[in-house]
Amino acid sequence: MLVYAEHQEGRLARPAWEAVAAAQQLATELGLTCAGAILGDNIGALAGELAGAHLAEVLTVESPQLAQYTPDGYSLALRQVIEARQPRFVIFSHTYQARDFAPKLAASLDRALVGDSLGYRLEGGRTIFIRQVFQGKFSADVEFRGEPPYFVSFQAGAFREDSVHRGSGRAKVTPIEVNLSPQGIRTRPQEKFREARQAVDLSQAEIIVAVGRGIRKPENLELARKLADVLGAEIGASRPICDNGWLSMDRQIGSSGQTVAPRLYIALGISGAIQHQVGMKGSRTVVAINKDREAPIFDIASYGIAGDLFEVVPPLIEEIKKAKSK
Amino acid sequence: MKIVICLKQVPSRDTFLKVNAASTWIEEADVTYEVNEPDVYALEEGLRLREKLGGEVIVCTLGPARAGQAIKEALAKGADRALHLDDAAFANLDAHGTARALAAAIRRENPDLVLAGLQSDDFGFAQTGVIVAEMLDLAHATIVMEIQAERDHLKVKRELEGGWLQWIEMPLPAVLTIQSGINKPRYATLKGIMAAKNKPLQKLSAQDLGLDPEALKPRQVMTRVYVPEKIAQTEFIEGSPGEIAARLVDKLKNEARVI
Ligand SMILES: Cc1cc2nc3c(=O)[nH]c(=O)nc-3n(C[C@H](O)[C@H](O)[C@H](O)COP(=O)(O)OP(=O)(O)OC[C@H]3O[C@@H](n4cnc5c(N)ncnc54)[C@H](O)[C@@H]3O)c2cc1C
Repeated sequence: MLVYAEHQEGRLARPAWEAVAAAQQLATELGLTCAGAILGDNIGALAGELAGAHLAEVLTVESPQLAQYTPDGYSLALRQVIEARQPRFVIFSHTYQARDFAPKLAASLDRALVGDSLGYRLEGGRTIFIRQVFQGKFSADVEFRGEPPYFVSFQAGAFREDSVHRGSGRAKVTPIEVNLSPQGIRTRPQEKFREARQAVDLSQAEIIVAVGRGIRKPENLELARKLADVLGAEIGASRPICDNGWLSMDRQIGSSGQTVAPRLYIALGISGAIQHQVGMKGSRTVVAINKDREAPIFDIASYGIAGDLFEVVPPLIEEIKKAKSK
Repeated sequence: MKIVICLKQVPSRDTFLKVNAASTWIEEADVTYEVNEPDVYALEEGLRLREKLGGEVIVCTLGPARAGQAIKEALAKGADRALHLDDAAFANLDAHGTARALAAAIRRENPDLVLAGLQSDDFGFAQTGVIVAEMLDLAHATIVMEIQAERDHLKVKRELEGGWLQWIEMPLPAVLTIQSGINKPRYATLKGIMAAKNKPLQKLSAQDLGLDPEALKPRQVMTRVYVPEKIAQTEFIEGSPGEIAARLVDKLKNEARVI
């Protein structure tokens, strides 16, 4: 088993440890040893930190050409690690970086990546991975065919960072020499940045009324605004609402928007795709109103209303007014 | 600039989906279909680049006969011509097989730029564009939110986690996967719909593309599709809308104490 430890801003962040936790657990159950791999420039300290986890070995590739992430550089480098060690499985966290290069790496070896897995199951010698299809509406059991290595990425939160096995000693750190030609790296990344400071800060909001595509038309936002008004709430939204320009981008909640943790989160016509959930699952109480009883938002809602928001929200506004006037 | 758009047809969001009796896929009988949303944005981006730089936009779709509707829509919006990869050998491909077939078709066109949606709403592989890039030996960037194109190179803005962004420079030809929200997709006009009828549409089989069935063999197979077991303790509130509202407010006030 080989686990890829992604570092972000010079740190081994949560995705790295979640991937280690997943790989350790799977390795133990399959009776395999587990090594870590880390790529970059000046990564001695990070490798040392990774070596504190219970791993057979930590493999490092250091090169100035890997100082910045590029899909070409990282897949070329990790491919050579894989060719040197021939693991049966290669494990990633399903981060934006892994999405960008893991499929390329797997394809370059003529292999598959089972992406964005929620977990796995062992069944009579078979290793079955579970992933979402139809934006989380259904799950699918997936199995590899053909020869290893098998590439797997796990969704954020599928494994817990704090379940990483710490080693009693330190794993050996082994540098791997790779061949990276500058011509092989075709993209040139520039500095990361954020767009101009956001005007709306939802991270401090106590109550959020969030609207999703179920609201259907921009005119219908008025209904959500009325509900927000009686509650003294901020308005938030899922991505499609902001993509359509119905609300400004800074009201988007989710992996590419804001992370919020209000006392009360009311989701109106939001399906609850994983990218939305990661932005709001820290909310204390979640109310979901959705026509579709199978919608994934009901996996995390405290109170669920399987119904039409246009029927439920108007009486809800009246009831809240009543409750407040008492 | 010669631009290929990978465009896929998926079950529309408003369709009620049910798992089929064999638990292998969804019940396809009453499903309506639409163009995969990020692909709609990819097409729009391609049309805009052509309007600015000249050239040609070619839609490339792998799917059964019904996917012809998605192709028609793309042609009506302004794509110049289409490739429809339709063959029994293309049923049940995994991301690798789909990418292999697409790459074979795209290679023959030798385009300057290939655009795909960043993932599909049905399988959600989020891999096809990236694998196509690898198979064509082209540079790529994913989750693209803006494109500045010159004749021989590109500058693209990528979305990263937590609201971070990054500009990437790259040579052409290249493959980009497009994130929704990059632009405002146009609607087809009546004139466009009429014009689409006369645009070239080429059907391609595995044999036309010189694809050996061995190469298309899935490397990952979906053995079962099912409704996930609910783990949450969601308390469903039932009744008429009025009753629901009253019960919910009572719970929010007296149980959760959040209002
Ligand atoms: C890299 C990446 C980053 C992303 N980042 C984000 C992000 O930051 N935030 C985000 O939200 N998404 C993000 N997404 C998109 C995400 O995957 C989903 O597509 C999106 O969250 C879906 O939004 P939705 O729930 O509003 O729409 P849908 O999924 O279309 O859901 C609409 C829901 O409304 C319900 N509905 C319809 N009519 C009614 C009615 N009358 N009453 C009640 N219910 C009704 C339907 O049953 C359905 O469940 C990202 C995707 C990717 C790939």
